[in-house]
Amino acid sequence: MMHDLQKSVLREPLLKVDDLVVEYSVAGRTVHAVSGVSLEVARGETLGLVGESGCGKSTLGRAVLQLRRPVSGQVLFDGHDLMAMKGDALRRMRQHVQLIFQDPIASLNPRRRIGDIVAEPLVIAGVTDRAERERRVHEVLSAVGLDPALVMGRLPHEFSGGQCQRICIARALVLNPEFIICDEPVSALDVSIRAQILNLLEEMKARYGLTLLFIAHDLAVVKAVSDRVAVMYLGRLCEVGPSEQLFARPAHPYTALLIEAIPHPDPDVRPAESVAIGEPPSPISPPSGCRFRTRCPKADRQCVEVVPELAPIAPGQLVACHHPNV
Amino acid sequence: MSAPALLSVEGVSVDLPTPRGNLRAVDQVDLRVAPGQTLGIVGESGCGKTMLSRAILQLLPKKATLTGRVRLDGQDLTRLGAEPLRKLRGRALAVVFQDPMTSLNPVLTIGSQLIETLQEHLEFDAATARKRSIELLAAVGIPAPEHRLTQYPHQLSGGMRQRVAIAIALSCEPKLLIADEPTTALDVTIQAQILDLLAREQRRRHMAMIIITHDLGVVAGRTDEVAVMYAGRVVERAPTPALFKNMRMPYTEALLAAIPKIDAAPHTPLPAISGRPPDPTRPIAGCAFSPRCRYAMADCHQKKPALASAASSDHQYACFHPIHAAAGACV
Repeated sequence: MMHDLQKSVLREPLLKVDDLVVEYSVAGRTVHAVSGVSLEVARGETLGLVGESGCGKSTLGRAVLQLRRPVSGQVLFDGHDLMAMKGDALRRMRQHVQLIFQDPIASLNPRRRIGDIVAEPLVIAGVTDRAERERRVHEVLSAVGLDPALVMGRLPHEFSGGQCQRICIARALVLNPEFIICDEPVSALDVSIRAQILNLLEEMKARYGLTLLFIAHDLAVVKAVSDRVAVMYLGRLCEVGPSEQLFARPAHPYTALLIEAIPHPDPDVRPAESVAIGEPPSPISPPSGCRFRTRCPKADRQCVEVVPELAPIAPGQLVACHHPNV
Repeated sequence: MSAPALLSVEGVSVDLPTPRGNLRAVDQVDLRVAPGQTLGIVGESGCGKTMLSRAILQLLPKKATLTGRVRLDGQDLTRLGAEPLRKLRGRALAVVFQDPMTSLNPVLTIGSQLIETLQEHLEFDAATARKRSIELLAAVGIPAPEHRLTQYPHQLSGGMRQRVAIAIALSCEPKLLIADEPTTALDVTIQAQILDLLAREQRRRHMAMIIITHDLGVVAGRTDEVAVMYAGRVVERAPTPALFKNMRMPYTEALLAAIPKIDAAPHTPLPAISGRPPDPTRPIAGCAFSPRCRYAMADCHQKKPALASAASSDHQYACFHPIHAAAGACV
């Protein structure tokens, strides 16, 4: 397993994001949503992207797919420059990259039957053979644990949140994509259903040889499915590293803070008293230097003046901090 | 819980008429909370935990029917008229909701909402109410409280709004504070701050508190007692350490096992609970969890187990085939 992973890392990554900048304006002011993010996702890997609301993680996911056009930087998918693509070329490329959203019920058209919803990507991709479409829809619905005969003729409101998320996963799989961006796929679901969907994503990944970018705010959920984890704060990456290593030895004070703040389902673990200082600043006017410095116990003059760059601190682990924990 | 109860919920049921038939949202619930104690009510969506809190607050939807008694300090709230109830809700009984915008008025400044509450319920004059408001905002960790008095709710972040909602809830020194998913809408670093704040104020004021949540992690380190709800009923109730160390009800065990653990290795399959909760408009004869329970036997599908205690009287569970101590240690 480890050996395979190392081999795949040596190969050209399936997704390569380089110095990506995404900005948009709200009421005439510029929101610096993503400010120079670089990351790679190897073929067959799951990269977890974690951060609190407003950190730019969802915007980053959308910018990869060009659903929001970046201001600058580069997005290479399988060697193709997505930012240079338009119209049909981009649409064809999107068959290989699918997206799963947080709210499964809102992402299904309430007036269409499940069979049509799941078949729609095939129609858009120009699969004209009806029997072939039906065969594919049957296959993916069975794969996600639904009975095609029972569900195809029904409408979304007849299903629970967990079942709707299964339908969304089936729809994402129907074109045989290589890469799926999962944007908070389980945060709207109850604990008992969440575990089912996380297990399903893992099964689908193995079965179809998928590569995943898994975006979430819940560190434990991210760790459960990710080979590597990237931590984002206010538009920048703080730290990237192999899951186990990153959680065992977080180098960035923000990563350490996030881990500390998780409530443990164990009465013997005393909750840490007010680990966090204050609240994240606005992405409209992010702090100079290190963006985390206003909440960081280690911040000094250097952190105000110099933007820390991602640099190696341990094998496979990169941190953007002037005073990393060692 | 040896101290006399401040709140006692006795045989409370809530029924709601729906187009699909009667929905029993809360089914025969008994609970007690003593002064200075924190009770956690845990369950997934639709288990009746929010409806139960509304029943305690007497804030049920108009069409709902409540049976049973809710006693606060000896007074039966179910028999109180609208006016005495309104007075009581301000003074003795306060609530913090998941979305602070539910309790904050968007067109009034923070100051007028706080000052008004104090003038109305405590009959403070304007100057005293203003002074007290500033103290309260400072106490809940709001920087520059004087400046905040002139701001509107939309000018504050989610975490700051929740602090204001807590300040308003605490303003009249309530005896019981109900916090209904107080941190679910907040980020994890802010969640820790708000939970700390609630715990600190609860200790300082010797209030009774009920924290309603779907997250076993939130109740573990911050409550004295936990009640686990499933399909409208309390299915297990115990002092917090006993519940986590010696859980007897299979649903509690399954719920805890299904949470991804931060110290587990990546790609460890999660012990998911199969199926989903029953339709509350179609009550089933046996234990409501039996269709999803891996320990279920024939009797579980036929009869409903009562919430009862075995050896120690403070640990109750509704199960015919409870887990033994050793099997429960799955953390």
